Amino acid sequence: MIAQLTTSERRQSAIILLVLGMAGLAMAALGRSDPLGVHGLLVILFSVGLSYFVLSSFYEPEPETDRLGLYYDDPIKVGIVLSMAWAVFGMFIGVWVAAQLAWPDLAFDAAWSSFGRLRPAHTTGVIFGFGGNALIATSFHVVQRTSRARLAGQVSPWFVLLGFNLFCVLAVTGYFMGLTQSKEYAEPEWYADLWLVIVWITYFVLYLRTLARRKEPHIYVANWYYMAFIVVVAILHIVNNVAVPVSLGHAKSYSVWAGVQDAMVQWWYGHNAVAFFLTAGFLAMLYYYLPIRAGRPIFSYRLSILSFWGITFFYMWAGSHHLHYTALPHWVQNLGMTFSVMLLVPSWASAGNALLTLNGAWHKVRDDATLRFITVAVLFYGLSTFEGSFLAIRPVNSLSHYTDWTVGHVHAGALGWVALITFGSFYTLVPTLWKRERMYSAGLVEVHFWLALAGTLVYVFAMWNSGIIQGLMWRTYTDDGTLAYSFIDSLLAMYPYYIARAFGGLLFLLGAIVACYNIWMTVRHVPLSASRRADIPITGLPAGAATPAE
Amino acid sequence: MEEVEERDPVSGHLTTGHEWNGIKELDTPVPRGVLMFLIVTHVFALLWWFLMPTWPLGTTYTRGLLGTDQWQTVERNLVEAAAERSAWVKAIETGSFDEIRANEPLMRVVQGTGRQLFGDNCAACHGTDGKGGSNYPDLTDDDWLWAGGPEGIAETMRIGINSPHPESRVAQMPAFGRDDMLDRAQVSSVASYVFSLSNPDYSTARNVEAIAAGREVFMTTCAACHKEDARGDPEVGAPNLTDPYWVYGGDLQTIVSTVHGGRSGHMPTWDERLTAAEIKILALYVDSMSAGNP
Repeated sequence: MIAQLTTSERRQSAIILLVLGMAGLAMAALGRSDPLGVHGLLVILFSVGLSYFVLSSFYEPEPETDRLGLYYDDPIKVGIVLSMAWAVFGMFIGVWVAAQLAWPDLAFDAAWSSFGRLRPAHTTGVIFGFGGNALIATSFHVVQRTSRARLAGQVSPWFVLLGFNLFCVLAVTGYFMGLTQSKEYAEPEWYADLWLVIVWITYFVLYLRTLARRKEPHIYVANWYYMAFIVVVAILHIVNNVAVPVSLGHAKSYSVWAGVQDAMVQWWYGHNAVAFFLTAGFLAMLYYYLPIRAGRPIFSYRLSILSFWGITFFYMWAGSHHLHYTALPHWVQNLGMTFSVMLLVPSWASAGNALLTLNGAWHKVRDDATLRFITVAVLFYGLSTFEGSFLAIRPVNSLSHYTDWTVGHVHAGALGWVALITFGSFYTLVPTLWKRERMYSAGLVEVHFWLALAGTLVYVFAMWNSGIIQGLMWRTYTDDGTLAYSFIDSLLAMYPYYIARAFGGLLFLLGAIVACYNIWMTVRHVPLSASRRADIPITGLPAGAATPAE
Repeated sequence: MEEVEERDPVSGHLTTGHEWNGIKELDTPVPRGVLMFLIVTHVFALLWWFLMPTWPLGTTYTRGLLGTDQWQTVERNLVEAAAERSAWVKAIETGSFDEIRANEPLMRVVQGTGRQLFGDNCAACHGTDGKGGSNYPDLTDDDWLWAGGPEGIAETMRIGINSPHPESRVAQMPAFGRDDMLDRAQVSSVASYVFSLSNPDYSTARNVEAIAAGREVFMTTCAACHKEDARGDPEVGAPNLTDPYWVYGGDLQTIVSTVHGGRSGHMPTWDERLTAAEIKILALYVDSMSAGNP
């Protein structure tokens, strides 16, 4: 892979790694009496490890110059592997924390394995590790194919991918050491946040420059969504994480936001992380891999426009529905609630657009587990966006808030939508990218599909039941006007559902492990295929194609 | 650009004429149903904006035609709920424990409310069934470290044991071994003696010497609090050592640890956290747990 880089690019990589190593050294020295020092050592290790790869191929011959007429797929392949590795890690931790809720002794009385530290390791592992790598990998694939252009640069894609993974590693290892900003989904401390800003701006520039190179006259819908994902996540991340470190030698920092403003900024971030990380980015995947797999044109371009602008505009206002019945002023809650309701139709328009695209291909949904992954993902997308708007209505929220219903809702989205669309996309992408005839085993894709679907349904139904029971127990009064149940009564009532939830999660994890095996065997054992429909080439226009934009 | 009209054979709609790596799009108009639902949700939002506080206006905000405010709502709800409960709350606040116990409907409130209050405030240490556990006293037996009965229980709840309350009950079992008040042999023998009080089988020929030595240590060191008959003294919270009830465990090894390292239990003060009526309810509820038990 290093041999693909030109000599000057190899030099650039070495310099970047040297600077990174120096930064790690500074962290290790300044933070020698603090967990920051441990992270400094980790950064040094990361930089030395990668330097080994760069330097060992440093004097290889220059790559062929005709590479510029080809797509640059190496980082995508690595991205898929990293994404699946994070999936197994994150889901394993998820099953573990779920089991801890039923059997608390599974924390083994250690600090690092306590619920409060494992839980963010689970969320970061699956959202950023699994989801983030999947988004980066597929965005690199989709932007090249739909723009008919090679990625703009050979160093920056690696910088984005590996830099992002360094951020994830710093985040998760930090939790185990007890480092957290205590902001949900934004737990990593200031230095990891600063690093992510650098990585993310590079991602943004790389994406824009690649789009600027495009040979297609129009920018495809999937790219609108990827751009929205990149731009908005940058804004959210920067604003929510503005903090002042205790000193340059300490991992600990204090947010500049305080009180109810802090809560509002946090949930403006949190909700739009759901919107632009877990929705917009994965809708981009849907818009590319669904029509490719189904072999059907997108049902309606106009519906795409309506839902894209509806989603990007309305989501931004909806965050305050996470703070219903709190110290947040009543009017802010109402505003968030009404925007959440208005958000429903644009969200459903995307789901409808996807399902109607399948008209004429439903027999494929029946026969092809990969397309079924994508289809069921759309159904769960529709379900969770409806549920989201519904739970945002204040009186409904008074029942659901702080209960497992929220957890069920999140997992209907995270397992049913985000993970299923990713698996469907990967099963489409892997044979294409490695130029194989097919996946190693269609049967294992089928097994994975049913494991994932069963796991999701068990999980979500358990949490719906437990959440609604919890909510009702907390608000049931006796005839005397006092509470009928103590909190611990509601906990005891949760016990069977917590076992069911851990079991559902276990099924989902098993499915992900099956997927890893299948992808591995595809890459290792399925023969190369010449007959597969090749991607449209960058150079040499096919007859009748539109004129390039330039 | 050259316009090429292309029609999708399945849907009958025209494409937009663009293509990206094989992906095409149809130019299907937005379905009527979508627009209708879009209008419905927006009308709902618009109505809500008129009726409820929603939009910021510099330093204030639109109040809404209904004039609702979440703080006023919650305050009203609290007042209403308090009014609903006021009849029996007043009866409990003003009545003596005997009067309350004689009032059957009131005792039903005590039982119902007491169970929930116990679950939320006491069960974390004493267990939902009140049977306690290692380090936490069993409340279902009739053996009390301090005063029993509703009055005594209420007082313990109000001021706590070794709590920050100014009137707190204070009790300390000194660390006789660790603080060198007794040597190892003395600790061991006094433990044997204490153990033998509730385990007569232990007084075998083999142990009789140690027990006798322990008895001497007990009389000079322990009897001040636990009394010469070892039946304890509720005035200072010294437990009865002759019965089968133990807070920290009654096996020989645990007794040795207790004598060596001392004990200092902690019961929080509930004076400011619970209302006077709630403390009375809990006192009656806890008292009823031990009813009928020795």
